[in-house]
Amino acid sequence: MKKNESELTWKDLEVGCIVTEPGSSREYCTGDWRSQKPAYDFTRCIKCGLCQIYCPEGCIRQNADGYFQANLFWCKGCGICHRECPTGVISMVDEEA
Amino acid sequence: MGKRVGMEVSLAIAEAVRMANADVIAAYPITPQTHIVERIAELVANGDLDAEYIPVESEHSAMSACLGSAAIGARTFTATAGQGLELMHEVLYVASAMRLPIIMAVANRALSSPLNVWGDQSDMMAVRDTGWIQIICENGQEAFDLTLCAFRIAEDQRVLLPVMVHVDGFYLTHVVEPIEFPSQDEVNGYLPPLKYPLPLNPDKPVTMGAFAPPFIYTEAKKAQEVNIRTSKKVILEHWDEFGKAFGRYYHPVEKYRTEGAQTLLLTLGSFGETAMTAVDKMRTEGKDVGLLKLRLWRPFPFEELNEAVGNAQTLIVVDRALSFGGPGGPAYSEIRSALYSKKIRPNIVGFVAGLGGRDITVDEFAEMVKRGLEITNTGAEKEYEMFGVRE
Repeated sequence: MKKNESELTWKDLEVGCIVTEPGSSREYCTGDWRSQKPAYDFTRCIKCGLCQIYCPEGCIRQNADGYFQANLFWCKGCGICHRECPTGVISMVDEEA
Repeated sequence: MGKRVGMEVSLAIAEAVRMANADVIAAYPITPQTHIVERIAELVANGDLDAEYIPVESEHSAMSACLGSAAIGARTFTATAGQGLELMHEVLYVASAMRLPIIMAVANRALSSPLNVWGDQSDMMAVRDTGWIQIICENGQEAFDLTLCAFRIAEDQRVLLPVMVHVDGFYLTHVVEPIEFPSQDEVNGYLPPLKYPLPLNPDKPVTMGAFAPPFIYTEAKKAQEVNIRTSKKVILEHWDEFGKAFGRYYHPVEKYRTEGAQTLLLTLGSFGETAMTAVDKMRTEGKDVGLLKLRLWRPFPFEELNEAVGNAQTLIVVDRALSFGGPGGPAYSEIRSALYSKKIRPNIVGFVAGLGGRDITVDEFAEMVKRGLEITNTGAEKEYEMFGVRE
């Protein structure tokens, strides 16, 4: 069975710490860097997708209703989507302690 | 054996790169560069070497381009000197940690300020902790041979580390020496093609140089440390194999007339040639003086040094670099540390000499031996002396 990352010894590492599994950064949670998260008022959303284009994390996808929404597992709470949204859908709200 | 021709040492290193059939050379061609990459540029332009030659805008970029080239499994070479090596500094760590077998000739030169491009080993000492294998040459033949060996060592699957081949600026890089060259067939026999285990390849994607949070960084560094320490065994193996193929044998610590010597001089690089003449002279005067020459700087040859020092009473280490505010010259302080656990250890005296291209003559080496013995005989506790400085 594959070892949990935090149990790897120095002998388990590939030469030069090469990561042989593509796309492994998807497993890395960057959501806990956040101090604020986006909140949505989809009644104002025109589904232009600008927030998705501007998101530096690439974590915004369309949901089943076609609205654009950040995946909070990766969203770092930078607020760029909030800043760029032309219709004011997105507000940034504090994370609960 | 091969033919012996007179050639500038820089050009001989370029010839080693040609015979090794390097795939990629990335280099910054302007001061403080030497003729090494100038000659390689000619070889590539004239079709004598089928390689990509990437002239970059700085040494930082040169080493960065080398990372990419080595990562696809291409045989990669660059050369630099002095300030150029320091500009590469942060990228050097990346090359070794990513286990990329890049070969780099370093023309050892002094560092600014004051501006001085002459021979000096301050540059190589400043990069001793970057995780590269560091091999020191004493003359032109060694520069050719050890450049060739460097490819063999670096690319060994048990090593996969970058290697610096050190040649003293001007003392070696700009002088013409008689050098024996092997045939291309002999070189091909010694140096198999490079097979990097996990090269960048779109069909089999890998991530190189990813980040490592605190929970894994220590393990990554331990793996790197074990790797460079165990590389010594492989280095010895390939030097031995080179000796069998070409008749010239290399060792981590070279000994010259050490039999029965109570006093040993220890030098690094081109100093060794002059020091040998000094030892010959002192021997004819009946003085029991011998010479050790440190060839392998990283990984440091602890066992070989210990064995070579033997039961000598006095060891005089001559550095061509200074560690400001530290415990003397870098080689001196490391050698003192390496011999600390020896049950019977010699008195160790350190001199810093020949900075910024100041010549040290045969008589001056004899003078250092005399002065070294004076210091140990009076029992004066001294960290080190700067030799020949005008007070």
